[in-house]
Amino acid sequence: MTTRVGIEVSIAIADAVKLCNPDVVAAYPITPQTHIVEHLAELVADGELDAEYIPVESEHSAMSACLGSAASGARTFTATASQGLALMNEVVYVAAPMRLPIVMAVANRALSAPLSIWCDHSDMMSVRDTGWIQIIGENGQQLVDNIICAFRIAEDKRVLLPVMVHLDGFNLTHVIEPIAFPEQEEVDKFLKRTPYPLPLNPDKPVAMGEFAPPFIFTESKWAHEMAIVNSKKVIKEVWNEYNKKFGRQYTPVEKHHSDGAKVVLMTMGAVGETASVAVDEMVAEGQSVGQIRLRLWRPFPFEELRESVKDTDILIVLDRAISYGGPGGPVASEVKSAFYDQEKRPKIVSIVGGLGGRDITVAGFKDLINKGIKIARTGSKNEYEIYGVRE
Amino acid sequence: MAKSESELTWKDLEIGAIIAAPGSARSYESGTWRSQRPTYDFSKCIKCGMCALFCPEGCIEQNEDGYFEADLFYCKGCGICARECWPRVIKMVEEVE
Repeated sequence: MTTRVGIEVSIAIADAVKLCNPDVVAAYPITPQTHIVEHLAELVADGELDAEYIPVESEHSAMSACLGSAASGARTFTATASQGLALMNEVVYVAAPMRLPIVMAVANRALSAPLSIWCDHSDMMSVRDTGWIQIIGENGQQLVDNIICAFRIAEDKRVLLPVMVHLDGFNLTHVIEPIAFPEQEEVDKFLKRTPYPLPLNPDKPVAMGEFAPPFIFTESKWAHEMAIVNSKKVIKEVWNEYNKKFGRQYTPVEKHHSDGAKVVLMTMGAVGETASVAVDEMVAEGQSVGQIRLRLWRPFPFEELRESVKDTDILIVLDRAISYGGPGGPVASEVKSAFYDQEKRPKIVSIVGGLGGRDITVAGFKDLINKGIKIARTGSKNEYEIYGVRE
Repeated sequence: MAKSESELTWKDLEIGAIIAAPGSARSYESGTWRSQRPTYDFSKCIKCGMCALFCPEGCIEQNEDGYFEADLFYCKGCGICARECWPRVIKMVEEVE
């Protein structure tokens, strides 16, 4: 029997990591991720978590230490945000094609300049093509559950890829929520240890991350691509098993009043909860409005997305990042490409909002949805709209 | 690996393109990078071995007569040996084929 406790989401994530019993945590503190790694350092110092905590001198070193750790077959965790993720970028790219099952929490925060410590998804978009599996949580419970699932997915022999678990900075990291924790014994059963196939081992030396001449580089890239594309099946399998054991179901695209709705709003991250209140109110007023939330950013869930809006006329996609001089919100542009060659497809409206911690309220979401409907009906000369900007 | 370079598919790779057996660099013909090739006038050679010391590829060895010569399977044609050879034994010429 699990009990729910009121706890800060960052502390809850650290406790969830502890339940997963990692061997190594290498991390550098950065707002708004700090409480996660501070609490992990505390757990190790107090002897509650039997792991090596490496207090590295930068995020670049954090991810480098994680590479070595995971390559030796140790269960490895790190966390970062924004500028920290930007600094470790070079090594983030290395982890996935080397197929090292690291788990990293990213407390999403805007990238400078100007300096902002608040949430948007520009940091998440900066690592879009690193080849990591990327899961997005909307509340503390989802994050605790998905940290546990992330280790299981990453270490599955059919996957062996690093996994990022994204959570909105401050809107999630610094709020207190009621969260149910699974029992240690149950997590141990769910998350069995599987040895890494070819770890660093003095008795059986291997060379990792080696030079690949043109005759083999393309094949190595395709092996990585096949691994991440095929991981979707395993991710869904792990989520289904998690539901059977712990009673909470996750899907790549979560639907909320969206079946049969003529207008659907797509969100990622914590704003989805505020948006759902607006959607509920609009449904109560008799409008044909629904919502979908993207849980899985990579691998991108093409089939699930298409299925979830099969009866929809207008799909409004909210992005919390800009692709400057480009086609609009980065998520919206991928959604558009997912539907381009479909015979039946909704009108897709790209709206950018919530940048650098700008709140969108329930009334704001109703306004945003109505604006999206208007743009879909009358058209716009812009590639995308930016919500709430003062002109 | 039993297969030749051109036969290898993505499925033949170890996880993460790990190299599990030693010696893969030895079988790689870096000589294909070459656009110039060293030629020798051994009548001027004093067998000092400076060319072998400076060769970044480490592919210069003494032949049976004791003269220093590059192994063209590995030589990338950088020309450092010719630059360092003070009796001017080595001359770089364009690869024509």
